[in-house]
Amino acid sequence: MNKKELPTKAALIQDSLELLSKLLTQKWSIMEICGGQTHAFMQSGLSGMLPEKIELIHGPGCPVCVTSLELVDKAVAIAAKENIIFTSYGDMLRVPGSESDLFSVRAKGGDVRVIYSPMEALNIAKNNPDKEVVFFGIGFETTAPSNAMSVIKAKERNLYNYSMLVSHVRVPPAMHAILSSEKNRVQGFLAAGHVCAVMGTEEYFPIAQQYQTPITVTGFEPFDLLRGILETVRMLENGSVDVANAYKRVVSSSGNATAKKIIDKVFDVCDRQWRGIGLIPNSGWKLKNSYAKFDAELKFNVGDISTHESDICISGLILQGLKKPHECPAFGKQCTLQNPLGATMVSSEGACAAYYRYGNN
Amino acid sequence: MCLGIPGKIIEIFHVDQTRMGKVDFDGVNLDVCLEAVPEANKSDYVIVHAGFAISRLTQDEASETLKYLKEIEEINNQIIAEES
Amino acid sequence: MRLTIAMEIINQRPMMKENKFEKFTCPIPIDRGQHVTIGHGSGGSLTKKLINSVFYKHFSNPFLDAENDFAEFNVPNKIFDRLVTSTDGHVVDPIFFPGGDIGTLAVAGTVNDISMSGAIPKFLTASFILEEGLPMRDLMQIAHSMKGTAQEAGVQIIAGDTKVVQKGKADGIFISTTGIGFLRRDLRINGSCAVEGDAIILSGTMGDHGIAVLSARNDLGFSTTIESDVAPLNNLIQSAIDAAPHIHVLRDPTRGGIATTLNEIANQSKVSMILKEDALPINQQVQAACDILGFDPLYVANEGKVLIFVPQNEVDDLLAILHNQKYGGKAVVIGKVIQSESSPLVLMKTEIGGTRIIDMLTGEMLPRIC
Repeated sequence: MNKKELPTKAALIQDSLELLSKLLTQKWSIMEICGGQTHAFMQSGLSGMLPEKIELIHGPGCPVCVTSLELVDKAVAIAAKENIIFTSYGDMLRVPGSESDLFSVRAKGGDVRVIYSPMEALNIAKNNPDKEVVFFGIGFETTAPSNAMSVIKAKERNLYNYSMLVSHVRVPPAMHAILSSEKNRVQGFLAAGHVCAVMGTEEYFPIAQQYQTPITVTGFEPFDLLRGILETVRMLENGSVDVANAYKRVVSSSGNATAKKIIDKVFDVCDRQWRGIGLIPNSGWKLKNSYAKFDAELKFNVGDISTHESDICISGLILQGLKKPHECPAFGKQCTLQNPLGATMVSSEGACAAYYRYGNN
Repeated sequence: MCLGIPGKIIEIFHVDQTRMGKVDFDGVNLDVCLEAVPEANKSDYVIVHAGFAISRLTQDEASETLKYLKEIEEINNQIIAEES
Repeated sequence: MRLTIAMEIINQRPMMKENKFEKFTCPIPIDRGQHVTIGHGSGGSLTKKLINSVFYKHFSNPFLDAENDFAEFNVPNKIFDRLVTSTDGHVVDPIFFPGGDIGTLAVAGTVNDISMSGAIPKFLTASFILEEGLPMRDLMQIAHSMKGTAQEAGVQIIAGDTKVVQKGKADGIFISTTGIGFLRRDLRINGSCAVEGDAIILSGTMGDHGIAVLSARNDLGFSTTIESDVAPLNNLIQSAIDAAPHIHVLRDPTRGGIATTLNEIANQSKVSMILKEDALPINQQVQAACDILGFDPLYVANEGKVLIFVPQNEVDDLLAILHNQKYGGKAVVIGKVIQSESSPLVLMKTEIGGTRIIDMLTGEMLPRIC
């Protein structure tokens, strides 16, 4: 088949949707764990094309959304200090803290810089030896090797003016938390392809078995997502439970051994607060003692932070898939893209932002 | 959580003993850290996230056309299986 | 000796990349090490020297040569019955970028704003705020760019002002331009004139300017060969009006991209629109840069493109003319105006056959990892 004979993307999606409809005998609720998947569903319009028997529940896989309020407040406090260059991925700048956000710190004259890669933060540290350079190390497992490498290199190069404010989170404990909740409605999972590119798929088998919930690893193109739904529905309809890999071109079952070694060198597993959800045991990473000198939380004493969330924001319920954005009384009224009350409206892939921007398909 | 796209390594170099690659994305060049993909060489495709290569693809797997072909074949096989 | 001087001047320039876009075109010899000083803004002889050697030298015309603080001109009222004016402030960083500089932007931007009414731009005024320490060489280059763009557009810069502020109070240079154009009595083209059934044409590829400027800033670590599309569009627009006499709306999608501009028009005209994702023209490199950073090209800035709303029966003639124009080679129909159900919406049929809403840009577009 040469390029001219290739059906269009639209035709491929139509074929897949037809197949999906044929397979479905009942309603199923499937959660896509990753904010990037949510974004892709909404931006491509695919979420509005799925058969009615499929309910998509948006998961908490948005590291911007789940970074604890306390850490956001600490970031704001550190960034506002003298002699600090505060660097961050762009997503975090508008996340509302209790009183302020990083954007406002910048507006008031703080040196807050958006970077694409933590290696840039290292360069900034190298070029500004008389300043303290702090990097806001958020992310799931996908971002952990990159963030870890910056700390490894900082130590190798004696860049002691570099430190990281760590807010790493891990997917499997979050899935446990969701599936073990009394109110859980999730019957099948779409696991995050790039998280699994790093970590592999082995961690997911015990989860699938314990909760008798099929899981499919997917990529982020529309047909990748649809393949993921097809595989998951096939397992649900058959009553089988397994971890399927629908992103084989990138993901292997063992993941990336080198990347995992880099993570293990720098991070220890720890408990972590998920904004809106609460404490999930063993769901985070923190810097090992051997890298304590690069831990911004230890380096900067930002004192007692008293946090308070918006009274009306229900981000937590949305992150757990218990409510949809349009079910929030503030959605589109007090809470908009221009005036977000919570992280799920701020993050470009938070469920609320996606609904607001792309329309509730 | 996972904005990652495939690009082709066009050059490998070292900065302060860190293995880096110049990666090409349809004409856009980005300097990417290759420490997590030691098996990747010039002309390999890698998935890049936050300036870091997290996975290597074979040239075949990176090809958009072949992606489709495989998808179409599998979907059609499934449809045939369902209808029989 | 001369080679050494040339190299030193190159080394003084900020944010220089691989010199893909640099051209030594200014013919005026520069004294080595000359910078703008506070004295140049004092209003005295230094100011006069600056104005003569930079602005009058490049923009010379009878209006400026009269050396008044005003310019007077006739209004031909046989064909034209209205004056059109528009003003803009230009604060781009970096001031030199692939494809142009702040000077090109200052002239083209205001020429285009005037042209979007269908008016023929005639005159510009230009006000300069210079930062103490700005290399004189840079100022010369910017004035030279303005001269070139003004000549291409057929406009004259007839009045101006110069101030100098202390170091740190301006990013090198800020330029404000105000334009004046003459509008034919038979033309009614503005944002509230779109009607159901209109075809929406975009004159070329989207996002070039935004990505070119970002790559020139060099702090996101990627490099491209993309050049800004900054260009004066008045000649293209006059040809378009001749080919399609019933054009309803013209607008150049600058900051906020196509998405923001279409939403503005939808709200002004109280209509909805539907775009076809398949039809959107985009340079492969711009798409790749957007994919890397997590940007949506619909929201990335342009500086040399126009959106045209025109009745369906004039589309073919219009496209034929645009394709023969310097800046219209890739013009294409990207959507159409539909009836508004409740509130005006901009929708898009996606590549895979779905539908999504295209909202306005909110806040600054930031690179994302998610």
